[in-house]
Amino acid sequence: MKDKLKIIWNGIVPSNPVLILAIGLCSVVAVTNFVKNALLMSFAFSFVLILSEVIVSSIRKWIPDEIRVPIFVVVIATFTTIAALLSHAYFPSVYDAIKLYILLVVVNCIIIGRAEAFAYKNGVFDSLLDGIGMSLGYSWVIITIAIIRELFGNGTIANIRVMPHIYQPALIMVLPPAGFLVLGVLVGWLEWSLKRKKEAKK
Amino acid sequence: MSYLTDLLKIFIASMVVNNIILMQFLGLCSYIGLTDNMSASIGMGYAVTFVTVLAAAVTWIIDHWILIPFNLQPFLEIVSFILVIGSLVSLVEIYLKKMSPNLYKAMGIYLPLIATNCLILGVTFVISMHKLDFIQALVEAIGTALGYFMAMLILAGIRERLRDSELPEFFQGKAIAYIVSGIAALAFMGFQGMIK
Repeated sequence: MKDKLKIIWNGIVPSNPVLILAIGLCSVVAVTNFVKNALLMSFAFSFVLILSEVIVSSIRKWIPDEIRVPIFVVVIATFTTIAALLSHAYFPSVYDAIKLYILLVVVNCIIIGRAEAFAYKNGVFDSLLDGIGMSLGYSWVIITIAIIRELFGNGTIANIRVMPHIYQPALIMVLPPAGFLVLGVLVGWLEWSLKRKKEAKK
Repeated sequence: MSYLTDLLKIFIASMVVNNIILMQFLGLCSYIGLTDNMSASIGMGYAVTFVTVLAAAVTWIIDHWILIPFNLQPFLEIVSFILVIGSLVSLVEIYLKKMSPNLYKAMGIYLPLIATNCLILGVTFVISMHKLDFIQALVEAIGTALGYFMAMLILAGIRERLRDSELPEFFQGKAIAYIVSGIAALAFMGFQGMIK
């Protein structure tokens, strides 16, 4: 039981796909200007990652070794198409804003990387757990960045006003460059806190 | 004549105004990963330019001759584009290895990285979303690739200087690269509004 939980935890902090491994960054910077964009992106990402890990690990014994990457790509592309069509049907206005990034989930390095490094070598249930952990790790990072940016840039969180009306929004935070700035500060902060923990253990 | 000015507009818009890295954030993996080395960024820039133009041409033909006439575009676009680009990159790699070993040495090692680079696929999606014609598609591809090249050179140059400067320990490496590119993106926002 404990090592199952460990698989999930592994994706959330110790090898967090965004902060530690620094892969799959395109969508992280681009969609985090509003919380609703980040929520739709996390939905699409988790949907594709979890389902394609499950499928890849369940067919892993029949996949010939030489052409495994094209097969992963076809599986991932199928689920990306489903996710894109679903988001188009149910959240049309948000989908129009971040359409490109949802389509590009198909080449997200995290998903191909997990299919290759984990799902191809482990059983179906473990892959499911790994998918859940990695999706949670991705989602909490992008939703945190989105909350910070929307709060300072617009004075709201998910369109609910939190800052008093007297607050002058810093427009820069919802514009593209702030994605890089917030991510940079977050990575620096994480490194600092990890290092402090290590020193406390000594 | 107005067609030519249109082309020029598309070129400038895709190269500077909507710079693929600093304004649209595609291809960040290679951008952050490779720019601590100047010569690697140059090699990657050449390889990306080459493959983007090729991929844009091929996917445009597939889109307009196969997918649209048979009404397959909404659900087969992603699968067909990614497979075509993947196999195209391997073909180019094999061809270069055989025909011009020098060129292969210069950009061969970057080619496998490109197959899953979101930039290439992103350009083809942008082209199909904006419904450009063939010449416009090529111009868009060239502009985007040059924009990528430029952003790579800018960040690689800055990071070379950063190596000699005293930074807080925790911001060394990736963190400072993000912040520097944030500031560069801020500068690029000055181009916004140049093209209506």
